[in-house]
Formats: sequence, C-alpha cells, structure tokens
Amino acid sequence: MNSTAATDPLVIAGRTFTSRLFVGTGKFSGPEIMRDALAASGTELVTVALKRASLSGKKDPFANILEFLDTERYLVLPNTAGAMNAEEAVRIARLAAAAGLPQWVKLEIHPDPNYLLPDPIETHKATEILVKEGFTVLPYINADPVLAQRLQDVGAATVMPLGSPIGSNRGLDTRHQIEIIIEQARVPVVVDAGIGLPSHAAAAMEIGADAVLVNTAIAIAPDPAEMGRVFDWAVRAGRRAYELGRPPVSRAASATSPLTAFLD
Amino acid sequence: MSTFSEIYRTLPVEALVQQSLDTSGRTLDPVLRRGRALTLTDFAALLSPAAGEHLETLCQHSQALTRKHFGKTIRLFAPLYLSNECVNICKYCGFSRNNPIPRITLPVDKVVAEAELLAKQGFRSILLVAGEHPKFVSNGYVEDIIERLLPIMPSVLLEIAPLETEPYRPFVRAGCEGLVVYQETYHQPTYEELHTAGPKRKFFWRMDAPERAYAAGFRRLGIGALYGLYNWRHDAIALAAHALHLTRRCWKAQISISLPRMRPAAGGFQQKEFMQDRELVQTLCALRLLLPHAQFVLSTREPAHLRDGLVTLGVTTMSAGASTEPGGYSSFDETSWTPTREQSGEQFHISDERPPKVIADMIARQGYEPVWKDFDLALVK
Repeated sequence: MNSTAATDPLVIAGRTFTSRLFVGTGKFSGPEIMRDALAASGTELVTVALKRASLSGKKDPFANILEFLDTERYLVLPNTAGAMNAEEAVRIARLAAAAGLPQWVKLEIHPDPNYLLPDPIETHKATEILVKEGFTVLPYINADPVLAQRLQDVGAATVMPLGSPIGSNRGLDTRHQIEIIIEQARVPVVVDAGIGLPSHAAAAMEIGADAVLVNTAIAIAPDPAEMGRVFDWAVRAGRRAYELGRPPVSRAASATSPLTAFLD
Repeated sequence: MSTFSEIYRTLPVEALVQQSLDTSGRTLDPVLRRGRALTLTDFAALLSPAAGEHLETLCQHSQALTRKHFGKTIRLFAPLYLSNECVNICKYCGFSRNNPIPRITLPVDKVVAEAELLAKQGFRSILLVAGEHPKFVSNGYVEDIIERLLPIMPSVLLEIAPLETEPYRPFVRAGCEGLVVYQETYHQPTYEELHTAGPKRKFFWRMDAPERAYAAGFRRLGIGALYGLYNWRHDAIALAAHALHLTRRCWKAQISISLPRMRPAAGGFQQKEFMQDRELVQTLCALRLLLPHAQFVLSTREPAHLRDGLVTLGVTTMSAGASTEPGGYSSFDETSWTPTREQSGEQFHISDERPPKVIADMIARQGYEPVWKDFDLALVK
C-alpha cells in the first residue's frame, strides 16, 4: 500500500491538515516513545491534557510533556481533561492561552471519572463562553445529533462524538448516531474515543467522518510507533474509500460476470 | 440512597468470607474466564485459596485491565505529616496518645519548607497527614497550608480525622483535591478493641466520612483497611463493598484504594493477623477485577522488591522517599534523600527507603512513565 496516497485535505477553522488522524498524548510509557509514535503516525494535530503540563510559564522538568511536542510539526490542541464542569474547563482553557498555547481547545468535561463520558450541559455552556472569547472550540461529546447541532449553532469548530467510552477500544458502538451527525454536519466531524483498531478508524472514515482521534490504542500497543503508522494507513484508506464512494449494498448476490452477458 | 454504614449493618461479610474459603473450581472458573468480578460473590471467589492457585492468571487480567484504563503510567506522590499530636489511643499506631514520642504540630511556614524540599525532588502531588486533635480544625490552619502549598503542589490531598460535611467545605474551597480516610478494620468488635479512647472509637461515624467529604465537594476519595488488624479476607470484602457503594453514590469522585499492611511502630503492637505477600497480590488483583477504574495506591510500607513487582500488576499510584514524621524531610540529606537523624516522632517505620529519583527510574525501567503532575490548580481555583 502506498502510505502517501493523497486524500483531500481537512480544514478546521481555516487551518489545513493533510493527515486526518489526530493523536492523544496520554497513557504512553514515556515521552520519547510518545514522540516517536506521533512522528510515525503522520499526525498534524496532537492533544495534551493541560493538567499534566506546567502552565505557570516556567519550565518544569517534572511536568515537561509539551517540550516533547514539535510545534512546527503539530498543532498542539490543549484539552481540559480533569474538568468536571464548564467553569473549570473555561478557566483551564484561558490559562493555557495565557501560557502561550494556541487559542484552540478540545473541551473534555467528564464528571464521571469511571467512563469519562462527557457532560452535555456543561460542554454546551463552556463552548458558548469560549467561542465568544475567540477560542476555536472542539467539543468532545456523546454521539447525540441534537447536541451536535446545538454546539454548531453556538460556534463549535468541530464536533467530536465518541465511538465508545475513552480507552474502551470497543470501536464504533455509536455508529448509527454518528452517521446522523455526519449527515447533518456543518462543521468537520471527528470521531473521538473508543477506536481500538485500525479497522475501527477505517470504518469511521468510510462512513464520512472528517477525522478520527486515537490515543489508548496507540499508547498501550507493544510497539506504539508501528501502531501509529498502521493507524495512518487505515485512516487514509478509509478516507480514500469514502471519497471513491461506497458501492451499493444489497442482500442478494450480484455476479461480477453476469450470466446474460452473451446477449449484449 | 442509604449511607454505607447503613448498608454495612446488613452486609453478610462473614458469610462471604466462608463462601470464599469454600470456593470450588466450579464457582471460580467462570470468573477467571471472564476476567471480571461483577458481584461481591465473584470477588469473594477471587480471594479464595482456590484462586490463590491461579495467581498468575489473576495478575494477567489485572495488568491488562489497568493498562487499558490508566495506560503505562504510575502517578507519584509524597505524604507530608503536619502533626503527630493525637487525642486517640489506638493500640497499633505510633501516634497513639499514650506513646512517649516527641510531639509537634508544624507551623505553616515549616510545612511550606517541607513541601519545597519535596517539590525539588519532583513531587507535584502531596498527601497532608495529621493525627486527630481539635487544634487543627476550625482555625484556618489547614486552609492556610493548602493555599500556601498549591502554587508548588497542584494536587493536595488530606488525611485527617473524620469531620461533619460543613467543616470539610473550607478545605475544598481552599483548593484541596481529595480526602483519605482509612477504616483501619471493618470488623466492629476488633475496631472497638483496638481503639480504646478518643473520638476515633466511633466506628460507623468514620465509615461515612467519605460520603460527607463528597457532599462537601472533594473530587477524590481514598479508602482502605490496614491489613494485620483483623482477617484480611474479611476486611478486603468489606472494603470492596465500600468501594462499590462509593462508586455508585459518589459518582463524580475518583475512588482510590490503599492496601497498607502493618509496620513496626512505637507502642510495639503485637500482630495476630497477617497478610502474606501472595495474599496482598491476590487482593490487589481481585480488587482490580471488581473495580477496573479505581486508583490503587502503594506506599513505602512495602519492601522494595515487592513494590518493583507490583508496578505493572494493577497499582496506579505510589509514594516514594517518604518520612512519616512531622518535619522529617528537613532532616533528609538533599542529595541522597536519606534521614540524617533518627525519626523518633514517626508514625511507623517505612520499608522502601529509596529516594524518589530511584523509584522513578525503576518505574521507567519497567516501561512505565512516572507521572509527577496530573492535576492543575486551575481546575479548582
């Protein structure tokens, strides 16, 4: 397979991405391994939990995850993991911007620490506030089409519905809901969370997702760099298949060499 | 919904212990095959002597579940003892008021100085520990400390005597992330025999402290039993029930569980009950199979070789380079991180004395990332 197979670029809030694979930076066994996996995945957007970084403006050798991210190569998308409500998420987004990070934010507001499912009410509230303040807001949401619409109404730059809970590796449990979100979308749709295999990522792209975000499946793989690379292939393959168009689906067999060909 | 102390009164812990001891392969096999404990009965089966024969399988499941949820990471923290003054008499504790040890409550400046030493070692997460004494509460002492520490220690947890909901609130407002209260033992007769005087005698009052703390707004709740006080299976089953209850009732809180075993301390408490190393590992893995999302904390009470082995088996959080004496860190040599004098005011004597850097390197050598900072002040203030 030609891993450089061109797919059309993705544009979010005026910024162009040639890779449609976004990668998270949690759960890696070390910063060097993370750095290599990001490079191998070809990603151009990586998300970082601000709670793990030093936001004081001072370098901290014990909270230095940002130093391993080449900002020439990647858009570093701060995320608000750890926030339990809109107030906390807004505060941490402002602090990140003040510390010199891009004025982009992936909103992650999950009050439940077990399944890390996003709070729709608080996410909507925070999106509204941060958009007004000039942030490019990418909210992580459950695959709820009406919520996705409401977030687009208040200016979300993407919507990021989950395939299944974070870290579950269960794939597209919410596939049919995501299809509705995609059908109705006015902004790019990024399938985030639960993608455990390259085939899950490819499936998301085939149904028309604009990008996928993968973290656990790469981070805890025995060889994260290699897993990053194969996710890149899967995302490109899935996107290209989507661009080429899905063949019609039928319950009956349709012979590739019709029996009546001799009559033509 | 009832509080745990209400539920506990009708919880058939003794019957579950007996069931555990009698577990056969037929009961155990489906649980082992599934790799998950869905009920307390499943959990009891995983604590059984029969399950002890399958420790390797348990460890494999526990490791996989932990990696899936937490990745290959271990969070590091240090305890910081504020005071060893205590009004309780607890037969097993070095701080027990009848023990002739030097008593001190650190002034706020001294606490900050101790925390600065820990920050230099890398710590960004700290557990403030104190005995039980009226002088710490209601006078702003703890709040002052929290506020002074947050700029250098974004995550501050508290391990102090149980309070009502209202007195907890100022600590949350000051920026404190979580509260730790160990039940010590969940066996009431033993609890009453060991806690002979002082407010700590109130068994059920203590049991509901995590729920009061949650109502006050703490986002992390730590519980645990101290193994070596009573039968370990009994205490592990009751602890598991407690954790399951908190997971449901306090749904926004991260539940963390510690598995401390008794260590030598002033007072020379003679243990009658013991939990062997293999039993500790079995309990840890069984808890992981029941509670895939809970944080498990491993302290320096355990010896180095055991701590090294447990890094990849289900633990998520470890302390390192700890002193259990108020002001103890000031007596440490900054380079070697070893005490330069005897820690005569300590709560108990730790086992793994290696400095934080050595622990971090050990974690990294096992292919895990030592995480120093995993919380930011901006989340709470």
